[in-house]
Amino acid sequence: MSAYGRRLLGVTLATAIVCVAVGLYIGLYLANVPGSVAATRVGPVTNLYLGTVPAAATNDPHPTWVSYYVVSPTSTNWQHKTTFELPAHSLIHVTVYQFDGQSGLRNPFISQATGTVGGTFQLNGKTMRTIDPDAASHVFAIPQIGLSVPLEGVADNAPNQCGNAPCPLSMAHDTISFTFRTPGKGLYRWQCFVPCAAGYIFGFGGPMQTVGYMDGFIKVV
Amino acid sequence: MDEVNHFRRVLVIWLVASIIATPLVIFVLAPIVPPGNGTVESAGQVTDNTVLFGLSTPIALAVIVWFLYAVIVFRERDTSGAVLDGPALRGDARIQMWWVVITTGIVLFLAGYGSIRLLSDGSGGGQGPNPIATPSQAKDPPLQVQVIAQQWQFTYRWPGYGGVETQHLEIPADTTVEFNVTSLDVIHSFWAYQLGVKADANPGENNIAYVTTKQPLKFDIHCAELCGVWHGYMFDTGYVVTKAQFAAWIAAQRAQFAPATKSLPPYSKSYFPDPQRLGG
Amino acid sequence: MSAIAVTTEKPPVWRRLIGFNLLTAIVLGVVGYLIGYWIGGRINTPSTSFFSSDAGENDISVLLGYGFGVFGFLIGLGFANYPIRRMLGHPPTLAEHESADEGIGRYFRLCTDHKVVAMQYMVGIGFFFAIGGLNAMLIRSELLQPNTHVFGPNQYLTLVGLHGSMMMGMMTSSILGPFANWLVPLMIGSRRMAFPRIEAFTFWVLMAAGVVLLTTIFLGGFQTGWTGYEPLGAQGTVGYDAYLGFFALVGVSMTLLGFNLLATIITMRAPGMTWTRLPIFVWGVLSTAILMLLASPMLAAALFMGMFDRTVQTGFYVPSVGGSSFLWQNLFWVFGHPEVYIVALPGFAIALELLPVFCRKPLWGYRIAVAGMLGVTLLSFFVWQHHLFVSGINADLRPFYMLSTELISIPTGFIFLCAMGTLWRGRIRLTVPMLFVLGWAFNFLFGGISGVFLSDAPSDVTTHGSFFSMAHFHYTIMGGLVFTFFAGIYYWIPKMTGYKLSETLGKIHFWTLFIAFNATFGPLFALGFMGMPRRVVTYPTNLQPLNDWVSIWAYCIGLSMLVFLYNVVSSLIFKREPEVANAWNSKSPEFQLPTPVPVHDFDRIPVFDADPYPYGVEPAPVPAVAPAGGAA
Repeated sequence: MSAYGRRLLGVTLATAIVCVAVGLYIGLYLANVPGSVAATRVGPVTNLYLGTVPAAATNDPHPTWVSYYVVSPTSTNWQHKTTFELPAHSLIHVTVYQFDGQSGLRNPFISQATGTVGGTFQLNGKTMRTIDPDAASHVFAIPQIGLSVPLEGVADNAPNQCGNAPCPLSMAHDTISFTFRTPGKGLYRWQCFVPCAAGYIFGFGGPMQTVGYMDGFIKVV
Repeated sequence: MDEVNHFRRVLVIWLVASIIATPLVIFVLAPIVPPGNGTVESAGQVTDNTVLFGLSTPIALAVIVWFLYAVIVFRERDTSGAVLDGPALRGDARIQMWWVVITTGIVLFLAGYGSIRLLSDGSGGGQGPNPIATPSQAKDPPLQVQVIAQQWQFTYRWPGYGGVETQHLEIPADTTVEFNVTSLDVIHSFWAYQLGVKADANPGENNIAYVTTKQPLKFDIHCAELCGVWHGYMFDTGYVVTKAQFAAWIAAQRAQFAPATKSLPPYSKSYFPDPQRLGG
Repeated sequence: MSAIAVTTEKPPVWRRLIGFNLLTAIVLGVVGYLIGYWIGGRINTPSTSFFSSDAGENDISVLLGYGFGVFGFLIGLGFANYPIRRMLGHPPTLAEHESADEGIGRYFRLCTDHKVVAMQYMVGIGFFFAIGGLNAMLIRSELLQPNTHVFGPNQYLTLVGLHGSMMMGMMTSSILGPFANWLVPLMIGSRRMAFPRIEAFTFWVLMAAGVVLLTTIFLGGFQTGWTGYEPLGAQGTVGYDAYLGFFALVGVSMTLLGFNLLATIITMRAPGMTWTRLPIFVWGVLSTAILMLLASPMLAAALFMGMFDRTVQTGFYVPSVGGSSFLWQNLFWVFGHPEVYIVALPGFAIALELLPVFCRKPLWGYRIAVAGMLGVTLLSFFVWQHHLFVSGINADLRPFYMLSTELISIPTGFIFLCAMGTLWRGRIRLTVPMLFVLGWAFNFLFGGISGVFLSDAPSDVTTHGSFFSMAHFHYTIMGGLVFTFFAGIYYWIPKMTGYKLSETLGKIHFWTLFIAFNATFGPLFALGFMGMPRRVVTYPTNLQPLNDWVSIWAYCIGLSMLVFLYNVVSSLIFKREPEVANAWNSKSPEFQLPTPVPVHDFDRIPVFDADPYPYGVEPAPVPAVAPAGGAA
């Protein structure tokens, strides 16, 4: 092969490798975006069932991280998704099966629910406005629409506590439910406010800062 | 052409350009540059920016006109022939001296003017726990609001109203407000754009910024210091309302958040929240 | 007696790959990482309420892994050979692998020829610059729409942090690495740098640093941006350790690069090369080297404290255990502000070095230019608090730092004065390097003026932390340094390689880059004034048209870089038209040497006896006495 031919081959190969590398590089960033799930609609009220656990599934990339999951009404079919598609200008009824223990709130202000219908939520059937700030395990909050609901934690000495997801309803848990109204179309974000990320400073690193665990999006369509 | 003629031409071009551009910048551009005249401090920033724009325009034009003139007029027309050299000018002590004097004068003026403006009312910036520039219009003691930044929202505490904490911010018009900005976790920054206020929220520290409101106004609040994944979503809308509206609002907030207020720690300039326990 | 034919047979390719070279270095680097990681796993970290080691999140493992990995990498390249041989009693030697007949293999191992190290720097930094630039394209893709996210917010923040870190870590050495290493010995009449092995070391450490930074993608990324603010950084996953490791290594590389250049310029000047005859480029390199030597250790100190916070549970930066969030900010910016002058000064150096050549006049105001550079160097240590005007620092400090920051514009102005004086009445040729220098002047003018806005504390209250400050530093760093970087490339590459670069493609590159650059970053001033903070993944919808305009033009910047790449590949790899030894009719020392410059540079060490810029027609001397009337 002539010198020119060798160089042409070399440059072509190098260009191809660079293009593949660039594609892989961009792909690495795109790969980690968690998927989205649509809430189920039953009549005039849309239902969303969520589960919170002290540790994600054992085959998860982070099996020691706390996480939210989307679940079925009977706490089966656990999907690790944190983007929820909800209809606009509708009443959304959210039920959370809370399997995690108590951490406490950094700001006790968040112990009071805001943004729900009536400013209340149901904890194991009882209608409440606040919980003991030290008993909080997680929070479901959408700051852009003023929604914030504290989720009480399972007591430290409760029997039959769940470890990794998925968790059946037979294990120790609290059931919290509330209703709120979605605004118009748009993209909103939700987060937890309890320092539940074990081993990270202020409890706010790791899962608390990673979309797919304690943070996610609300797509109002 | 001899030396003086070139220089005079540049001077004339520069003067004409400056006379056209500088008033345009001062009277058309600068007044529309945000953050607007909604508060005393933001109006002060607009004035300050106007001075800066007004000074920079002739300076920028001087450099640009000089460069363009030189590149156009002194360009080598015949680039294919022998490479000829220009005159061996190595410097001129007088020109250098005048340059030093003029640039130093401009710089000292700007530093002095900026300091005076800064010290007159604080310009809405965070001044740390011991502010030295309080707004001169303060007749009554300022209304104290504590801005608590956390990952990832701002909440506000009102020491003069029972230490109640609220999710949103409404402040009365025609009032001097003292923001005490602190953080519960990492460094945030409280940026109330139309108020002209920006103060970093540091954990365990208090940062005081003043604003004197004028008319009712809607303002945007953004976090201006990267604080983690939702930094871009840490925003809110605040309102400057009439004094009557404010009184009604704060009373309604106290009623609504009475249960939460019971569990709040006593009001303090900074907090080290407990618990820091691990998750379950 | 017939001549004995001696044929040297080159050993087969696989045989030549064994030895101390990049391949061995990579292998030993990986082995080192695994050893370090394993050792870290054996260290028992007691759990406290604050720190508990998650199984896959062991910071000690990762940091030790990086440490051992870099050691393995350097040993594989052969950096341990000379110290070990000396310890075994061998006499000191100077050169390793410097002979010109080793071909392209020299570039993949420890070579002490300063010209080889410079070319290594050129390609290495170019590679990481391309990655940083790609990140910028991805960032702008994310910002096309406020409510649709291409990347998740975590990935976006990692992109932002990688872009900033890659650029600041790599481009700091972008002129001193490739250009100063090649030119300074030639300009002062020396055959080598003062410490050739350290010179090679700085390059390979920088490459190792770049690889360390890229591993953050596999470790979860980091959420702090390039400034790495604590205590946010301490919250991070192990991806943040990659950031700490990267800048620690960059700090080492920068300190030693500055130290080597300083030692060379001070001690190795040829006879006749007095301080007043030094080319202005060398003065600029000297000023930058002083800053590199003095400021980089601050960064290393701050980073090591951060590493201790994350591994052995010290509390330097965490207020609730007695630390202070102000400590990191101040330590970082004490480094960070001289750092930005490390990025600006080489731009001044190249601009003032090239202007005399293309105006065919001496540098106007040589001494005031030197004063300007040294003035910037001195003052840059006294201004860092202007990054902290609204951070809650003691309010009494602010007028002082306003004054000191404004004062820096005086020596910066001297540079412009000298540029303007050199242009005046010259015979200007608008070659591609000259175009880039003129582009530098325009961009740095606006960068500098926006800096005056930011240094004014009342104005800074609104613009701090907004896109205005982003536009300011992109105008000074990209519009300044990167434009002069390209000016240097088009000016010196034909000399370094011996081949022409296409002038037409160079002009296309310049004009597309200049227009796209201003169209991209100009509107960012407006965005900052309109209230858009930095590093945000969403923004108010009324700012979308402007953001879209900026993103489209940012893609055009990328396209202009492709033009440059095409120019480099087609001219240097395919066409290979030989360039004459002195294409620009420059009177600078390096252009008086043949092309390609021989390994030993000078056949005989020169003796300098002229001023550095012997251009220009001297004015006719005025006769001292009028001639007597009438013939003698």
